[in-house]
Amino acid sequence: MTVTIPDGTPPRTEPVTMSATDPRRRDQASQWRLVWWRFRKHKLAMAGAIVLATVYLLAIFADFVAPSTLDQYDTRYTYAAPQTVHVYDDGDWGFYTHPYTMQRDPDTFEEKFAVDESTKIALGFFVHGKPYEMFGFIASDIHLFGPVHAGDPFYPLGANAQGQDVLSRVLHGARISMSIGLIGVLLSLLLGLLLGGISGYYGGAVDTVIQRVIEFLTSIPTIPLWMGLAAAVPPTWSSVQTYLAITVILSLLAWTDLARQVRGRFLAMRHEDFVTASILDGAGPMRVMWRHMLPSFTSHIIASVTLAVPAMILAETTLSFLGLGLQYPAVSWGVLLQEAQNLRAITTAPWLVLAPGIAVVVAVLSFNFVGDGLRDAADPYRQ
Amino acid sequence: MASPSADTAHPTAAAVPVAGPLLEVRDLSMHFIKRAGLRAKIVSNVRAVEGVDLTIHEGETVGLVGETGCGKSTLGRCIVRAYEPTSGQIHYRRRDGQVIDAAKLRRSQLKPYQGEVRLVFQDPYSSLNPRMNLLQIISEPLLLHGMTDRVEREQRVADLLTRVGLRPEFMRRYPHAFSGGQRQRVSIARALALDPRLVIADEAVSALDVSVRAQILNLLEDLRAEAGLTYLMITHDLGVVDYLCQRVAVMYLGRIVEFGTTEEVYGNPRHPYTETLLAAIPKPDPRQRGQRTAVTARGELPDPGDAPPGCPFSSRCPYATDLCRNEMPPLRETSTGHLAACHRTDELSLRPA
Repeated sequence: MTVTIPDGTPPRTEPVTMSATDPRRRDQASQWRLVWWRFRKHKLAMAGAIVLATVYLLAIFADFVAPSTLDQYDTRYTYAAPQTVHVYDDGDWGFYTHPYTMQRDPDTFEEKFAVDESTKIALGFFVHGKPYEMFGFIASDIHLFGPVHAGDPFYPLGANAQGQDVLSRVLHGARISMSIGLIGVLLSLLLGLLLGGISGYYGGAVDTVIQRVIEFLTSIPTIPLWMGLAAAVPPTWSSVQTYLAITVILSLLAWTDLARQVRGRFLAMRHEDFVTASILDGAGPMRVMWRHMLPSFTSHIIASVTLAVPAMILAETTLSFLGLGLQYPAVSWGVLLQEAQNLRAITTAPWLVLAPGIAVVVAVLSFNFVGDGLRDAADPYRQ
Repeated sequence: MASPSADTAHPTAAAVPVAGPLLEVRDLSMHFIKRAGLRAKIVSNVRAVEGVDLTIHEGETVGLVGETGCGKSTLGRCIVRAYEPTSGQIHYRRRDGQVIDAAKLRRSQLKPYQGEVRLVFQDPYSSLNPRMNLLQIISEPLLLHGMTDRVEREQRVADLLTRVGLRPEFMRRYPHAFSGGQRQRVSIARALALDPRLVIADEAVSALDVSVRAQILNLLEDLRAEAGLTYLMITHDLGVVDYLCQRVAVMYLGRIVEFGTTEEVYGNPRHPYTETLLAAIPKPDPRQRGQRTAVTARGELPDPGDAPPGCPFSSRCPYATDLCRNEMPPLRETSTGHLAACHRTDELSLRPA
């Protein structure tokens, strides 16, 4: 569709110093500008947005940000406890941590780590560590932070059974966990818009069929259905293929809510005066739907999509935790939680549960805050 | 009444002082049929407009009055073809003298017709898309009717805004920046964008403050004189009709019950329903207080899905007889150019406005 109507951006001659409350500026503000002004006032949502932006940046550059790579392990440091990172050294700035000394309890044969206060491991920024290839083509060995001497033990959030750094694994796990939500929601958005739109715009028998399908899908208990579908994924598939399959499975069940919302909106808007007016102006059904009806609730769609992402993240976590989703060697927060699924982890190495668990909670909460803020700001024309 | 074929046979008709009608609605019906269930059983059939005849001549302003729910807006929307009428004809004489039946046009053929016959909506808040600025709103019909040049469109929008009394600098502002009266001016500008010939104003001033109402009415009247427009004013405000309209049609329960010049209908009403409407006009004269005996219709407007068998007004009419309750009175001429649908129109002497 070729839309050549000039957009609503105000002329550039406008002084930048005008405030958001200046009526002249408000009068010329487009919908998105009004949404943004309202969203900005929602402190919690802004905080959530900042956290999310940080999490996504960390996930994208996980190779660089994480002190160690995924294939790095050291069996000497199995279940090593988190180290304290010091930034203040005896009256001066210093970035260091202490190494461990390992002792075996003579009675229980339990390995015990004691912090060796006498020596220091120098830490630094932009240090050379294990080489990696970011995005598959940027080869480097520089890590944002880590031990100055590569090979020194550095476990700010502790180590797992293989002596791998939990912090690095949580950072890498963010990639899958945070993107499965987005991709899954994108797929279900597509399905929801398409089926909900058809259902609402045309109505009649098509509407009835689609609505009955939605009712059927929502009546199936989620976890058994996931289990059934996840079991259908061939075990020979690579972790990437499984990942995509899981995403599709999740989104095939998640589109129903959105389809319902879109349908409701279309039904309500079909008889709005401004829609009739555009039809009388000569607009065809496509133009009416995309240029007049959809823009009236894109903000609502964005809000509900934002609220749907955490559900996806939790679904992935649940599936992986149950051992039905992603499997080792893939790294996601769900996989990390599943690895921690034994008594030893919970009693002697609680950081294995806490680190990915807190990551999930923070991400989900942030999404919910942002979603709430968007929902409140979504309709700037509400009287 | 000149038939549409007579118009095509005499292309010089436009030169004759009394030209053939611009629009001639014949036996138009609009039924809203609600179906439910898998077998699409009819659960209700609302006869919103039933067998309406209406003639509008070029350059005149015709009023269409009636109480809420009588089908006047539906009739207006049928004429602009926002609805597809159930049956009947809408003969429209195009600029070149050719007469088309707008009721039979298919969706793909409607565009030229809808460019010449435009609708101004009642509610200036819901009829403007809040997500578009004035330039986008007013230039939409221009763009869709082939004015692809952006600069030309912008120029045209500026002209239109000036014509309706708004400053062209406002064109990049959004509707939320304007008052109801200003929004209605925008709505009028959009209707005028394509140089229409017939404008149907559907309660165009009912939602406005009384002070603003007069401004908009004067604007409509100025535009009519300026651009040679023809109006169909749909309203429940008889004062508006008296002020603007040369002829008036009174509608009741989907039918036209009286039609004539405003002077005639107000001064010599021939239908009891018109009498009750006229009696309801408030008279701002304290000396007349208490002198007027109220002529009111009893009860409520019947359900248009379940109308009484005879005259639709018989259930509320103070003069109704058995004949009225059993037989539908036809719309017939009581004097030249004055039509009424009442069995007793000749024997009753009804109170004028």
